[in-house]
Amino acid sequence: MNAISKHFGALLAGVAMTAVVTGAALADPAIIYDLGGKFDKSFNEAAYNGAEAWKKETGGNYIDVELQNDAQREQALRRFASQGANPIVMAGFSWGTALNTVAAEFPDINFVVIDAVVEQPNVQSIVFDEHTGSFLVGAIAALKSTTGTVGFVGGMDVPIIHKFYCGYAQGAKAVKADIKLIENYTGTTPAAWNDPVTAGELAKAQFDAGADVSFAAAGGSGLGVLQAAADAGKFSIGVDSNQNYLHPGSVLTSMLKRVDVAVSTAFKEAGDDATFKPGVNVLGLAQDGVGYALDDNNAALITDDIKAKVEEFKAKIISGEIKVHDYTADNSCPGI
Amino acid sequence: MSALKPLPRWADIILLPLINLTLAFIVAGLVVFAIGQNPLAALDAIITGAFGSGYNIGYTLYYSTNFIFTGLAVAVAAHAGLFNIGGNGQAYIAGLGVILVALAMQSLPWWLTFPVAILAGAAVGGFWGFVPGYLQAKRGSHVVITTIMFNFIASAIMIYVVVNLLKPPGILAPESASIAVEGRMPKLGTFIPWFKNTDVNFTLILALICLVGAYFLIWHTRFGFAMRALGQNPTATRYAGMSNSRITMIVMTMSGALAGMVAVNQVFGVQYRLVLDYVADAGFVGIAVALMGRNHPLGILLAALLFGALYQGGNELQYVIPGLSKEMVVVIQALVILFTGAMEGLFRPALQRLFSGGPAAARSGG
Repeated sequence: MNAISKHFGALLAGVAMTAVVTGAALADPAIIYDLGGKFDKSFNEAAYNGAEAWKKETGGNYIDVELQNDAQREQALRRFASQGANPIVMAGFSWGTALNTVAAEFPDINFVVIDAVVEQPNVQSIVFDEHTGSFLVGAIAALKSTTGTVGFVGGMDVPIIHKFYCGYAQGAKAVKADIKLIENYTGTTPAAWNDPVTAGELAKAQFDAGADVSFAAAGGSGLGVLQAAADAGKFSIGVDSNQNYLHPGSVLTSMLKRVDVAVSTAFKEAGDDATFKPGVNVLGLAQDGVGYALDDNNAALITDDIKAKVEEFKAKIISGEIKVHDYTADNSCPGI
Repeated sequence: MSALKPLPRWADIILLPLINLTLAFIVAGLVVFAIGQNPLAALDAIITGAFGSGYNIGYTLYYSTNFIFTGLAVAVAAHAGLFNIGGNGQAYIAGLGVILVALAMQSLPWWLTFPVAILAGAAVGGFWGFVPGYLQAKRGSHVVITTIMFNFIASAIMIYVVVNLLKPPGILAPESASIAVEGRMPKLGTFIPWFKNTDVNFTLILALICLVGAYFLIWHTRFGFAMRALGQNPTATRYAGMSNSRITMIVMTMSGALAGMVAVNQVFGVQYRLVLDYVADAGFVGIAVALMGRNHPLGILLAALLFGALYQGGNELQYVIPGLSKEMVVVIQALVILFTGAMEGLFRPALQRLFSGGPAAARSGG
């Protein structure tokens, strides 16, 4: 019995050794996209662009996979971890529970999760100050609006999207205290990230109600808002990625959330324990983690006047002169 | 006009499914080839992905567990002439019973909770089968229509319950609270290290017990005889003094309860929490499993293993061949289901002609 268990132990050690060896040979970074899909032109695509940017810069290889359903999160994580991928990056707030389980199973692998906070020694959690970036586009919306009504179409009805709305509303009110806001959400499940039809209908309803700008914080669903605005001759505001190019002249700006920078930085630093920084990392205006997009496609829409005002807000937020309330701090949005 | 003889049993059970499977793989291979990938590499990725190591086999068995339950659910109903396509909804809603029991008993050892979770899953899944059964028996609403509508009702209810009632505050993802660590059922990998940390768990053993139980129920009990008789000829059972409506309701309840066991596997055995859409269409795959397995427990076991391998191997495709997107993987899985399930009888006439005396007989008979 003893001999058997000894042999078995040796066998296990051998297996573990091989795992370590292949791990070292295969220590490519990995990224797992959330349910909206890799090419949602928004959140997940920003993550993809970050991975591609890293690849172009370093010439390295990375592996990626798209999730098929909610029940496969643990399996996807284990698959990459068993393969020895390091670091493993995942984008999306639904990863919390799954990562908490799997990170404990693979203490030697570094994980980076974007938009969620997981307290494990081998996990870096990256969160963004979406409220400050949203404040700036809210200000732009209010400066551009002639009707005095601006709209907001959120994706899934969760606190993190309320955080976008709350910042947006504060920005709009900072410009025009009596501005009217219309707030809608596409749904209550992850399917809400990929439902451009519903999102477009909500935007149309907002335009009918007098809004002339609508901010889509809805992942892949936001494309419906942008389309509806272009069709109706109104303005829309994109999210996460720079979406200005989708409908030039109609997309006013995009609330940038530099998921791409987070991913490429994670690929660069998190694979090596020397540069890996576990814990929570907050990216805000000062770090250029969030912001608003300005390029040739919207240069004609953002006048110098608007730009000057928004830059002033930005400087004041960074210096702390303006405090933007974070909805997720207490799940409320005072004054809105 | 000589009548065609039925196929010999071995040809019906082994040869025909094998031909269908080969054809499915050929067509899937053509699709893979058409998008510029190597079909042989894809086949290799599927086979290694499903059986390459203890890790892969563990996941294959985990998927197979689901398919055994849904396959049995379809088969039991089919023997009574009922087509239960509501396995998805029954499995989904059963998760509610399982998670409530599991959360209520999370401070107790798992082996105490396990049987209660099984009963709760069977009760809720069974109820979701019973209602269509009742509507068919007493109101004449066809079970095919009602079960598929019940899938949508289950889905809507689950979204409401998870998002509004079960989701703990502070968690953004739509999911219930997790079962406390001490109340979780260990996975088989804890006892057999070969399986590593894969999701295969004791529910697999429950599935095997259900297979044996179904065999005895269908062929060695009075009720099994009654339900098969109902499936063959409802007029005869009525004439023999049996209550067709009673049999219909009982069979649909059993069918739903079997489908509900998927929830035990997924919620109690794997996820330790209720997430949305955890059934992942296992209910529909169960139809193909039952068809391919000829509604016999042994056949269902083999077919469930095949589909489990296909699902696990298909998942692996994405990791091994990055050029195959998740949509392509679904296409390949769907082709196999199409050929082995929906077009299962495609080659039957040709084979029958062949076995009835060769091409000459086929010509004169045709």
